[in-house]
Amino acid sequence: MYNQVVMDHFKNPRNVGVIENPDGVGEVGNPLCGDMMTIYLKIDEKDHRISDIKFQTFGCGSAIAVSSMLTEMAKGKTLDEARKISNKDVAEALEGLPKNKLHCSNLGADALHMAIQDYDDKKAGIVRPKAEREEKHEHGDGQSCYCPYCDVELDEKATFCEACQRDLTEEH
Amino acid sequence: MNVINLDHISFNPLLPEVKEAMIEAINSDLHNPSSQHKAGEKSAEMLAQARQNVADLINAADAKEIVFTSGGTESVNHAVKGAAMANREKGNHIITTNIEHNSVIRSLKRLSAQGFKVTSLSVDESGRVDPAAVADAITDQTILISVMHSNNETGTIQPIAEIGAIARENKVLFHCDAVDSVGVVPVDVQALNADLLSFASNPFYGPTGTGGLYIRRGTRIFPLLDGGVQEHNKRAGTENLIGIIGMGKAAQLAAAHMEERRAHLAELKKYLVEQLPQYVDDYIINTNPDHSLPNLLNVSLKYIEGESVMLMLDEENLAVSTKSACATGSLRASHVLLSLGLSHSDAQGTLVIAWGIDNSKDDLQKLLSTLSGVVKTLRSMSPLYQK
Repeated sequence: MYNQVVMDHFKNPRNVGVIENPDGVGEVGNPLCGDMMTIYLKIDEKDHRISDIKFQTFGCGSAIAVSSMLTEMAKGKTLDEARKISNKDVAEALEGLPKNKLHCSNLGADALHMAIQDYDDKKAGIVRPKAEREEKHEHGDGQSCYCPYCDVELDEKATFCEACQRDLTEEH
Repeated sequence: MNVINLDHISFNPLLPEVKEAMIEAINSDLHNPSSQHKAGEKSAEMLAQARQNVADLINAADAKEIVFTSGGTESVNHAVKGAAMANREKGNHIITTNIEHNSVIRSLKRLSAQGFKVTSLSVDESGRVDPAAVADAITDQTILISVMHSNNETGTIQPIAEIGAIARENKVLFHCDAVDSVGVVPVDVQALNADLLSFASNPFYGPTGTGGLYIRRGTRIFPLLDGGVQEHNKRAGTENLIGIIGMGKAAQLAAAHMEERRAHLAELKKYLVEQLPQYVDDYIINTNPDHSLPNLLNVSLKYIEGESVMLMLDEENLAVSTKSACATGSLRASHVLLSLGLSHSDAQGTLVIAWGIDNSKDDLQKLLSTLSGVVKTLRSMSPLYQK
């Protein structure tokens, strides 16, 4: 089901855990989608670099692998560099994920960006209400929507899959 | 690699005797059982013997009431769609439950689009439907009641005899999807008052791709497949004779060894349920403690996700199945688990552990000790676990 890179990160996840007194925290996902991910950051104030990063994830094999890979990609990067990491980059670094997992499990970069935003907000003295932080159930740039049954690429608003004749009204 | 199969609900191995019967059949120059020459007649005899074995397993009054199919899914489709279509002039209302297999749910969805009305009843927290609710749902338009014998995810057994009696009293056809029960626990179509009963061969160690539908004599039902006059005009197409011979042998063995197998399976279940709290905490057992199959336990492990558990157990050569949304093709939480009142996050951590007659306490012991470590590992990285 998963390739060797994904399985390696799933079996030996890097940077698991919590950072005490983090400089930034990002949380994405909801139990309806199945996966939840929290990213903790420690930022080196001098050169705006991510000096430490940890994650906690509730989710499937790909969600854990994504979290692990993301933390490896972000560690040591400047905040500007880290902001440029996309979900697509993480999936590519993992040498691919099953299509139907791209949508729900590939949230690592979103969590990272929220953690950076949280750091920026703290520095600027902005307190955002929790609701504003919640991730909407949307696709990122460059991501396509696939039929959960047959993997055929679909329009995000599709209610019926022509390829496998399935009703999708309850899927979205 | 020696994999311990604790995913018997997905697949059972063929018994050696079943394999032998099938190989012998392959080597015996079978012909078309519908042909009237000697070779055909010999094949017809083998088909008749298999049919009798299956009829005996479920206590059918006449072997002619058994129709061989390609498996449980076809049987259910045939029963539900065939009975609805054939009785359309009597009414258009069908009663079922929220926890049926997708073969029932999607057949009914198809019928709904054609003007049939479906009442789908809830189950209580223990996973059972109230027979009184079935009685209350009956109208003068009701033509069919379809309730499963045991649930394929939880193993919980429904009060089928009571529901069958209500159906009979109200002169409504009763279909029972007994795919995961037949050959595992005693199923008697007379005692259950079933007019239609679906079953498959693999749950009792016969080959996949073979199953059957019991059609009580006199029941109005259309065939699903139109064509020739095979299977007493109820299922067209030359029979899958090799598979059916395997199924017949498996049925004979299941009937002969029912009690000893059941005792073994039930002992393993007792062991697993008793030992589980010593290895993991914070779990929910979704299998009814009093009314359930002896070979299956459905457990939701809180704060973690089932596919991860399954993959980690697989690394240790332990095969189980999960009902996590992430592991299903549809990425949706199981309708059965949500019907029991589970939250989405609890449903995510659901394992189905299903053992067979070839498993031992040692196998379950290996599962428990491995599972203990897997649960600890995954909880240590879960944002939902606070301890």
